[in-house]
Amino acid sequence: MIKKIYFQSIFFSFLFFKEAFAAESGGMPQLNPEFWISQIFWLILTFGIMYAVLSKFILPKISNNLESRKSQILENIEAAEKQREDSEAKLKEYDEIILKRKSEAKTMFNQTREKALKDIMAKKEVLDQQIDDEINKAEKEIEVLRVSAPDKINKIAIETSSELLEKLIGSGVNSSSISAIVDDLSKRNGDKYYGN
Amino acid sequence: MAANPMSQFDVYRIGPEIKVGAFDISFTNASLFMIISTVSILLVFNLGSKRNSVLPNKMQLLAELSYTFVAKMISDTAGSKAKPYFAFIFSLFMFVLFCNMFGMIPYTFTVTSHIIVTFILASFIFIGVTIIGFIKHGFGYLKLFVPSGVPAVLLPLIVVIEIISYLSRPISLSVRLFANMMAGHTMMKVFGGFVISLGLVGGWLPLSFSVALTGLEILVAFLQAYVFAILTCIYLNDALNLHH
Repeated sequence: MIKKIYFQSIFFSFLFFKEAFAAESGGMPQLNPEFWISQIFWLILTFGIMYAVLSKFILPKISNNLESRKSQILENIEAAEKQREDSEAKLKEYDEIILKRKSEAKTMFNQTREKALKDIMAKKEVLDQQIDDEINKAEKEIEVLRVSAPDKINKIAIETSSELLEKLIGSGVNSSSISAIVDDLSKRNGDKYYGN
Repeated sequence: MAANPMSQFDVYRIGPEIKVGAFDISFTNASLFMIISTVSILLVFNLGSKRNSVLPNKMQLLAELSYTFVAKMISDTAGSKAKPYFAFIFSLFMFVLFCNMFGMIPYTFTVTSHIIVTFILASFIFIGVTIIGFIKHGFGYLKLFVPSGVPAVLLPLIVVIEIISYLSRPISLSVRLFANMMAGHTMMKVFGGFVISLGLVGGWLPLSFSVALTGLEILVAFLQAYVFAILTCIYLNDALNLHH
């Protein structure tokens, strides 16, 4: 009881405005010590239980959750970093392989091209040789024909002219004189027909 | 009852009178709201810590955000040495916050608007911090009252002022919370009374005031809980890290 009065007197001195309310409403219920002990008791009880449960069961769980999430996120970041590095290495490897294969393909292409060119050149040479041979052969034949052609023509001309003369005159003409004339003519026109 | 703005602070007995020796520890409306607050806190944080998923749900997010908020507040003001007292400051902050917030619901009782409740909390903090200070620093803790760099002439005066300011800590801490809560709730009640008395014609102005005050009071409810907790951290910091 003495304690109550002591507390009350302290608050009276601090809460000067108490008088203002006291005048119209009979004071502040806060300063009525009737239920102070009850409030203290229930405050200590509820707060104590809450503190005990929070500190023993709930807060460690929350901190645990936060920790585990943090570590899990860190782990995931680490794993992601590792995977990224892996994929970078793989990409490098892939690039290298591609580059290597490309150069291989290039050399292969070049080799094949050279080989093909060589083949073509060889075949071309053979063909050229053959063509040259054929041309030579043909030229020889033409030469032979050209050499023999005037004689044959002369012969035909002599025969034809003798027959014509026979038909025109009605009697045979000396073939030697005809051949002389034809020879003379052919010699004169030979250049015109054969170009040499 | 409605006309008196102070009657909302009345404590009355619920159920029978319980007496232990000379002490009356009857269950009252104050006890009821203490229990409601603590049970809500335990419920919210139990739900928030039940499942541990990497992607938290709403309750878990609420619990974890509160946890990190208080943890950051303590580490910012009192450093890493205050870690063993985290649970107490967390409970204190949550208790004051929930009591203040429950008081904002109409027809409820605000536990923290009673000086005896805030004074018990504050004096518990005061005594606890003083004991911690003497355990950590022995009689060196008394150096708290002798700031460094003060001229010797002023020292007697400064020491007296420091001692008075130290001893007034529980009173300032408790009266701050209690007076804020009481004044806010009284104001709301007074404006609510004006709405009724001015009727349909003139009642709109105090009603709009009342709406604005409700928002302000919710802010004050959070702010006072925060101030209460952060002052506890500061006192704890004085006891743990003697800087003077």
